[in-house]
Amino acid sequence: MFDFALNVLPFARFQFAMTTIFHYFFIPMSIGIGLSVCIMETMYAITKNKIYQTMTKFWGRIFLIAFAVGVVTGIIQEFQFGMNWSQYARFMGDIFGAPLAIEALLAFFLESTFLGVWMFTWDKFKPAWHALMIWLVFLASTASAFWILTANSFMQHPVGYKLASSGHVEMTSFKALLTNEQLWYEFPHVISSCIVTGSFVVAGTSAWMIFRKQSVAFFRKSMRLGLVLGIVGCLGAVTSGDLQSGYLIKDQPMKFAASEGIYNHTENPAPWSVFQLTNTKSHKEYGKIEIPYMLSFLSYHKFSGSVAGMDEANRALHKQYDGKFGKDMDYSLNVNVLFFAFRLMAAGFGGLTFIALLGLWFSRRKKNSIVKQKWLTFILFLATFAPFVINTGGWLFTELGRNPWVVYGLLPIKDAVSPSTSTTSVIFTIVVYFLLFVTLASCMVFYAKKSLYKGPESIDKTIDYDNDDPFSKEAFNK
Amino acid sequence: MSFLQFLWYAVICLLFIMFLVLDGADFGAGMASKLLAFRPAESNMIVRSISPHWDGNEVFLIAAGGSMFATMPFWYASLFSGFYILLFLVLVSLIFRGVAFEFNNVAETPKGKNAWMWVTAISSTTAPFLLGMLFTAMIQPVPMDSHGNVFVSLFNVVNPLSVLGGLAVTALCLFQGLHFFTLHANGIMRYRASSLAANLYWAAYPVEVLFAIALFFQTDFFKDHLFSTLILLVLIVFTTAWGHLSTGMRKEVQAYIANSLTIAFVVILVFVGLFPHVLIAQNPVNSLLIKNVSSSPFTLTVVTIVLCILLPILTTYFIWSYVIQWKRHDLSEFENTDKGAY
Repeated sequence: MFDFALNVLPFARFQFAMTTIFHYFFIPMSIGIGLSVCIMETMYAITKNKIYQTMTKFWGRIFLIAFAVGVVTGIIQEFQFGMNWSQYARFMGDIFGAPLAIEALLAFFLESTFLGVWMFTWDKFKPAWHALMIWLVFLASTASAFWILTANSFMQHPVGYKLASSGHVEMTSFKALLTNEQLWYEFPHVISSCIVTGSFVVAGTSAWMIFRKQSVAFFRKSMRLGLVLGIVGCLGAVTSGDLQSGYLIKDQPMKFAASEGIYNHTENPAPWSVFQLTNTKSHKEYGKIEIPYMLSFLSYHKFSGSVAGMDEANRALHKQYDGKFGKDMDYSLNVNVLFFAFRLMAAGFGGLTFIALLGLWFSRRKKNSIVKQKWLTFILFLATFAPFVINTGGWLFTELGRNPWVVYGLLPIKDAVSPSTSTTSVIFTIVVYFLLFVTLASCMVFYAKKSLYKGPESIDKTIDYDNDDPFSKEAFNK
Repeated sequence: MSFLQFLWYAVICLLFIMFLVLDGADFGAGMASKLLAFRPAESNMIVRSISPHWDGNEVFLIAAGGSMFATMPFWYASLFSGFYILLFLVLVSLIFRGVAFEFNNVAETPKGKNAWMWVTAISSTTAPFLLGMLFTAMIQPVPMDSHGNVFVSLFNVVNPLSVLGGLAVTALCLFQGLHFFTLHANGIMRYRASSLAANLYWAAYPVEVLFAIALFFQTDFFKDHLFSTLILLVLIVFTTAWGHLSTGMRKEVQAYIANSLTIAFVVILVFVGLFPHVLIAQNPVNSLLIKNVSSSPFTLTVVTIVLCILLPILTTYFIWSYVIQWKRHDLSEFENTDKGAY
């Protein structure tokens, strides 16, 4: 199989990972900022306080830049299934196509149409009606995530299908697709992390502006809103993530064991390894730091019970699939990546919650106290970037953990790639995509930074953005 | 071929028509932003006519691709993997066009704005050209194995018919953009747009004749569908002339409708000509037929139900979004202002 040097498979896989990870920077960001903007405009509709309108427009501008990059990188994904993975498209079309078509017809039309209306009708509608448009955009983006995860969940845990005589999967129950247990763990988890991402972009960049002492009152308000949403998102992500790993231990024991770095059946009760380096050849672990009882608790929510290791899972997989796919299938996973990706998520969401709480405490209505906490605003600024790393970790965890399958138990990755696609063209497109992404990302950061530094004054000059106490002496003397 | 298979072949055709009619105007306006404009204010005025709509219009392409994947996965797989580089270049064009609108809007220096306006103009030209090439390359017999894998050579993609197809689609989009703009403009720019269209129409006739000749030599359209191909070609020439005349007489709505019909007839020509195939192999036994490439009857039923529920809602708000934003702009609105999208 791998006897010639430049097999197209690793390049096609690399391209998929690269384009998806890049796309997955911007989608959570735009969904999350979108929610913040929705809340800001709703606040404006309720309170009629002009500062909320400025906030809506200010963060709306950042939202639009992220949205544009998210949309254009999404088209790559849709085309790529056919271009690089035509065997997968043939195998999965009957299942995958339906959610994808519904995503386009239901979600994409809704979000892009109402975004177009929202952008240009500030004076045409009453604030409440105008806010409704951006809520529709947010709901549509969420629906879009739902439909694409429906397809992804099938790939993790196929349901409602039969194998046709042609060897492809055929849908037998649309309801089974929608009630896939995997979907209902995955969807809340992904949406929560989207909220975390967007909220921390709002909160973190606001903190940076407070650090720079520019329009402090405005950014304090924005930051607090971002932090509250961020905490909600973190709690959602941790809860849904915990439920999901409880499910994983039954559904994909191999992935779970790899994420814990255990080869042998653990003792009862099982200790949890905080840190270890795993040698995947000798099956040995180094530098282990363990917390007793913890793995039993994480897995079963009680202080007893042992967990099956990778060797056991490997035997089970061979027993189950050797008849159909042969003895040569390699079920081993990239243990170190999975191990640290899981800890990255756990530590990341925990850490973000902690600094968000600190940020909220120090920015409570006590004059300018947050301005004085330079260390905190700087850490909050750094936290802007954390969710992007966490999301990438989460994606790698889920998708690498599915190896060697594209569709779990049904289609190995090596059988999914396009037979007609040459290695040269994949390498060529990887290079161009890479250059394109670097350009897009730098332009995006450049323009987002410009928008940020222009400050809220560029939208409405009539408000004092440095003082949010209208009865203070300074405001009175102006 | 079942009724649902036929229905979805027609739906995919309709989605491509809607895409080219609506987003074609966006491509055309993008081209016009440099072709028709001399100053930033003029470029901004042209782009402003399409900026609330282009994103929604582009979804028709995504919907067409998605529907193809859902209802005819074997067609989608063969087409997209076969015409790899062509589709890749389409993607690159669409990516640049999409972000250029937004970046032009947030850029602050005149130089930066101008650079992104050029990106808009160039990508709005290459996208329809490449799509035109794709549409006309996919109706010619291609090297294909018995599993439906397409192995195209450069000549399968770049040949007289596909280049003419590219030119034709680019021209149609340019007309569409100019007509759409005249409906949204007042004053000198409105006049200039229709004058440019009226002059450019003269070039459309020779392209159409050459296109018909290339169609004769490079496809089986005349052999398999003589009658419908001839009728559609006549209709195309007729609606082109109608668009030309209406433009000359400053009947802007009629010109827009006429050119939309031309676009529709061109796409229908492609789909009728291919029927009942979706891809024609050089070795005819390997050709892909509608009845062999489609999803299971169950999946087709599911997506048909979804379509029937969503279509009325979608159409309603889509038309509403055009109606409430219809406005004739004056050039003066765009002079001496750094106002962006808001």
